[in-house]
Amino acid sequence: MFDNLGLIVSRLSEGLSTTVIAAVGGIALTVVLSLVAGLGMLSPVAVLRGISRTYVEFFRGTSEIVQLFWIFFALPALTGFQIVPLAAAILVLALNHGAYGGEIVRGAVQSVPRAQYEGALALSLSSRDRMLRVILPQALVEMLPPFNNLFIQLLKSTSLLSLVVVTEITFIANSLRAALPVSEQLTVYAVLLLMYLVLSLLITAGMRWLERRAAARLGRTRATPRINSRLHKEQAA
Amino acid sequence: MIVFDGVEKRFGDTVVLSDLSFTVAPAEHVTLIGPSGSGKTTILRLLMCLDSVTRGTIRVAGQELTGDEKRSRQVRRRIGMVFQQFNLFPNMTVRGNLIEAPTRVLGLSKDEANARAVELLDLVGLREKIDEHPSRLSGGQQQRVAIARALAMRPDVLLLDEVTSALDPELVAGVLALLRDIGETTDITILCVTHEMGFARDFSHRVMMFDGGRVIEDAPPERLFTAPEQPRTQEFLKAVLGR
Repeated sequence: MFDNLGLIVSRLSEGLSTTVIAAVGGIALTVVLSLVAGLGMLSPVAVLRGISRTYVEFFRGTSEIVQLFWIFFALPALTGFQIVPLAAAILVLALNHGAYGGEIVRGAVQSVPRAQYEGALALSLSSRDRMLRVILPQALVEMLPPFNNLFIQLLKSTSLLSLVVVTEITFIANSLRAALPVSEQLTVYAVLLLMYLVLSLLITAGMRWLERRAAARLGRTRATPRINSRLHKEQAA
Repeated sequence: MIVFDGVEKRFGDTVVLSDLSFTVAPAEHVTLIGPSGSGKTTILRLLMCLDSVTRGTIRVAGQELTGDEKRSRQVRRRIGMVFQQFNLFPNMTVRGNLIEAPTRVLGLSKDEANARAVELLDLVGLREKIDEHPSRLSGGQQQRVAIARALAMRPDVLLLDEVTSALDPELVAGVLALLRDIGETTDITILCVTHEMGFARDFSHRVMMFDGGRVIEDAPPERLFTAPEQPRTQEFLKAVLGR
């Protein structure tokens, strides 16, 4: 069963960089789109709210695979313009997950107590400073755990790229399957599972680190989450 | 300095303030008392442009408050507000809370704003807490930082909205002593909503008794607390003072 383990790992590793590039690129663009869409949905300008809401509903409400096929097959047929496969893959991953991320950003911003907004308003801070200096840094702490889930989901979605011949790890695993006996196929998919698991654990570790940093900026520690803040104040007093 | 002229404020069908007219002179200390829901806090929120009037006009230093954001910001620069729940920014240290608005709104350099922050923290007795996060401070300490933050903008008017209501009883005296000190050593116009009648008596030049969105009595504290004219004021003071 493990006779060709070295070969299998070596072959799958050839697609690892593509998977990582697609995931990292997708995550980076997802963050940007999430912030734009989330803040757009909270904009006082009705047109911006409408555009943001339309984007979120469209990309959240349609199939990721169909979106992928559209960018790869339908769009070039309509426009005559073919995007580089990996760039198109990153774009689709980000457009889809950015729609979910937009709702995370909107919810997190709205979860910041109104008193904070009024405190900033009472100091005459501009609307830009209120958002960037006061509200978003506090909302960030609430955004990170759901973003962790979203990024792991995005990582797993990179496997869909095998359907449009992007040579990431699932595509290579499927190629190997055809050339190997059934017993070895088990090894291929076991290694594949482990690779996704390791990558998702890396994402989680990175996000937990960010969570700790963001919480520390609010003066919170793991031992003193918001629910225990009253107890902490009494101790400080 | 502050003029309310025929001000009405409604939230839906609920009338919170009704045909309210009064003036507050520069450097005057006015305390607003009355039962909960009588419209006291709404007056402070209208002055800070956190809400807008339904009818009537409010002028601060000759400038009428309208819904216009640019004008509201100009007026807010002259006014500081201290909230019941402190409203300090938890993502900043005490220093950050104190220098944020002076640098971004008044255009002070970081060094200038920092010097002002240190001076104010000396005033409120919390200099050693300058690099702490608000969550590490007691309620009384947080409220003193909030007072320092409001003063960092060098306001002409200071609005105090039940600033001791959220504090443990033993922390109240320190905050009130600080406010008395500020009242005695500055010429800031102060409007204060409080249930601390002893403080209102010592601190105020005038006390306004509110009920049902109207001022029912407006008098110097020595008269209002010893010989209130209105039966409703007598009833309220009896209930609050327990006599």
